[in-house]
Amino acid sequence: MNANLVKEFVGILGKEYVLTEEADRQSYSYDAAVLAPRIPALVVAPGNQEQLGRTVKLAYENGLPITVRGSGTNLSGGVIPEPGDSLVILTNRLNRIIEINEPDLYAVVEPGVITSQFADAVSARGLFYPPDPGSQTVSTLGGNVALNAGGLRGLKYGVTKDYLMGIEFFDYNGELVKTGSRTVKCVTGYNLGGMMISSEGTLGVFSQLILKLVPPPKASKAMMAVYGDINKASETVAAIIAAHILPCTLEILDQKCLKYVEAHTKAGLPTEAAAILLIEVDGSHAQGVEEDADKVMSLCKKHGATEIRIARDAAEKNKIWEARRNALPALARARPTTVLEDATVPRSKIPAMVADINRIADKYKLEIGTFGHAGDGNLHPTILCDRRDKEEFRRVEEAVDEIFDTALKLQGTLSGEHGIGMAKAKWMEKETNRATINFSKNLRRALDPKYLFNAGKKII
Amino acid sequence: MPKALKSTVSVSELAGQLMALDDLLASCMRCGLCQAVCPVYGATMKEADVSRGKIALIENLAHEMIKDVEAVSQRLDRCILCGSCQSNCPSGVNTTDIFLRARQLMVAYKGLHPVKKIIFRFVLPHPGLMSFGTRAGSWFQGLFLRKVNEKTGTVEAPLLRPFVGRRHFQPLEGRSFSAKSGAIDTSAGASGIRVAFFPGCVPDKLFVRLADATMKVFEKHGVGVFMPDGLVCCGMPNLVSGDRNSFNRLVRTNLKRLGGGDFDYIVSPCATCVSGIKENWLRFREDFTPEEQRGIEKLQGKAIDITAFIADVLKANFTASEAKEGDTCKMVTYHDSCHLKKSLGVYAQPRAILDGLPGLRYAEMPEADRCCGSGGSFTLTQHDLADRIGRRKRDNIVSVKPDLVAVACPACMLQLMDMLSQNGDDIPVKHVVELYADSL
Repeated sequence: MNANLVKEFVGILGKEYVLTEEADRQSYSYDAAVLAPRIPALVVAPGNQEQLGRTVKLAYENGLPITVRGSGTNLSGGVIPEPGDSLVILTNRLNRIIEINEPDLYAVVEPGVITSQFADAVSARGLFYPPDPGSQTVSTLGGNVALNAGGLRGLKYGVTKDYLMGIEFFDYNGELVKTGSRTVKCVTGYNLGGMMISSEGTLGVFSQLILKLVPPPKASKAMMAVYGDINKASETVAAIIAAHILPCTLEILDQKCLKYVEAHTKAGLPTEAAAILLIEVDGSHAQGVEEDADKVMSLCKKHGATEIRIARDAAEKNKIWEARRNALPALARARPTTVLEDATVPRSKIPAMVADINRIADKYKLEIGTFGHAGDGNLHPTILCDRRDKEEFRRVEEAVDEIFDTALKLQGTLSGEHGIGMAKAKWMEKETNRATINFSKNLRRALDPKYLFNAGKKII
Repeated sequence: MPKALKSTVSVSELAGQLMALDDLLASCMRCGLCQAVCPVYGATMKEADVSRGKIALIENLAHEMIKDVEAVSQRLDRCILCGSCQSNCPSGVNTTDIFLRARQLMVAYKGLHPVKKIIFRFVLPHPGLMSFGTRAGSWFQGLFLRKVNEKTGTVEAPLLRPFVGRRHFQPLEGRSFSAKSGAIDTSAGASGIRVAFFPGCVPDKLFVRLADATMKVFEKHGVGVFMPDGLVCCGMPNLVSGDRNSFNRLVRTNLKRLGGGDFDYIVSPCATCVSGIKENWLRFREDFTPEEQRGIEKLQGKAIDITAFIADVLKANFTASEAKEGDTCKMVTYHDSCHLKKSLGVYAQPRAILDGLPGLRYAEMPEADRCCGSGGSFTLTQHDLADRIGRRKRDNIVSVKPDLVAVACPACMLQLMDMLSQNGDDIPVKHVVELYADSL
């Protein structure tokens, strides 16, 4: 990169926060997707809003492709930079919680705040921030907004988009755009916050977020239901929702997951079972929660659960959740490479989806374990492989394509929460249509005329 | 670090050697969850400082995507080897194995730092020389040291600043434990147990009171003790610096000295020594003769940290008789040493001991198991980084307003004393075994 331009960045940010050395730049060449790394020409870490704005302006004026990176946990290649003269902007120094407003139930944060640290700070003030993506101990709130992160609580509490009240971002001129407000209601101007949700860094650079907070539930009850037939587990899910009960967690693990988790934890899981459901109901009254739990239990029984284990206390609940928490680790330890997908289907299509995933696994001679958020149809088929085995990895790629095809056939979607990034961009038109892609491209061109904001991602 | 004058290995050859780690490296799926627990990343927030970044760099060097060995090596050195990432890794990536082996290959390529070479090859293998140094140091230290904190007893050495920096530390106590005691060989008493006592360098030379306290515990519980003459360093400083040859020599010497003894356990008040014997002697046993390997395997099964020994083997009765209230009752908090909790799985035992001691009330500090930044030799070579990490630990300790802080690792004690004293906090740092021995 042009030495004078580097000097200008140093002038804005200070030497320590402009990384030019090859070894440093190489460590921002990848994310959590199984894709080839691409090395940026420069990496910068602004420490405040003003520096961020000036960085965006300088980079855009000089035609540098810009990729904004939080903690780099993206599973679709969303923060793998462009090759050549590209810039990575790190948000991890923009990590201040500016305000937690208890009476008005909102918080104002910078985009680099870590999700679980924010949730803990909110919880210490007696409030609740529900979105809990699997990477929450390291993921950033800015990244959560850019990907519309979900998590285990999506069914009852919604996902990140349900908590974004307002946002400030820099446009390509480095001008600060403000949208949304600290109020519950706000119809001033376009809903630009909605547009920024799951924009994957393609429309602007976030500098501040206003997030909604809610009162925490006062009581909860957790249980595990065991099934000999995965269809019966899915029927139970549909029946629970048809009975107008919204569990805060409703997770499924298939037989392969159970096998690996048990081998890894020896926790005494029913490895003979075809599937298990992990269910938690919560609410503001203990009695109401008990009633819901009783109803859920009888629905499980009615729909063929062979066994139901109820957590009587926190320790037992922990034991039940251990199976879910260990699903990914256990699968990940089985083989060197773990390809984690998140094709999502309408809830009622889960049995069909699981059956198809198993058919695809057989067809391509691959090991695929499936777990996920049964309550919202968001499954995580996890392919166990070794990326160094080229022949096997070709089969993996074909299997992934077929999983997407199946999800779309079942009126589902390519991605429930991991994003499109580079990995799934070529599939966008298949899920939508040509007009949608053209509309999105026009929108993008208006907001990013030089096509520099995370080029090559999302809409191509 | 100066480049070796006579590197006999080319970058391509180094890359080929690193490919031997390929299976270990490939298990990292780049999820980045190590960022949550890595103490170095916590201080700098630079990807090259977290395990995921380091593994990517080693992999790139192995595939010759980067050829700047020095740059990769510098970044690999910015790791405490605390094991936090490994214990939190969903894929079970064996980061300790990767980093130890990668550093060995780096040292083979570029040579060892001359100061380290002298210490590892000429000082650590000669316990007599070290004991003499301790004694001589204790005679003359008065000329150099200035008291900085009456309550914690820490000093600094303004005239020695080029060598020790602005560190606050504890003055030498005089003769080393092993020089005072000589070889020990007593038979099992009431407990019916006989142990080999491996004091470790710091309790033997600097915190001699820890070795004394450990001996008192053995004595009061009727435990027979075997401590041969000439035990040397466990080899961990050598290993983390990538010097496998001098590590092997130290292990071999210790094996010889311990070989003749008959004992049920080998006990140390140093968590790093115990994890060294239990994990790393075993990890690198391939360099040893079959007979030596059998010796290593035997010791591996017998090695135990003093707090686990008190709690699990001696099953000491911790129930304090008096009520834990009032002004005379002191509040103690506890810092989990990485090698104790993350390597050895010992964390309940020291808490149980503290909770049961009369006159002490236990309070858990936030992030009790977050690394303090010491890591033994890490604090010598990466002092600024160790300092930044240590300040977070200091803040967590102070936040519970304790009267004293307990740890079960001499290296952590050094770091905590320095951090607290630098900030002017009047909070003494005690080893759990000291507090327990005081109650006997």
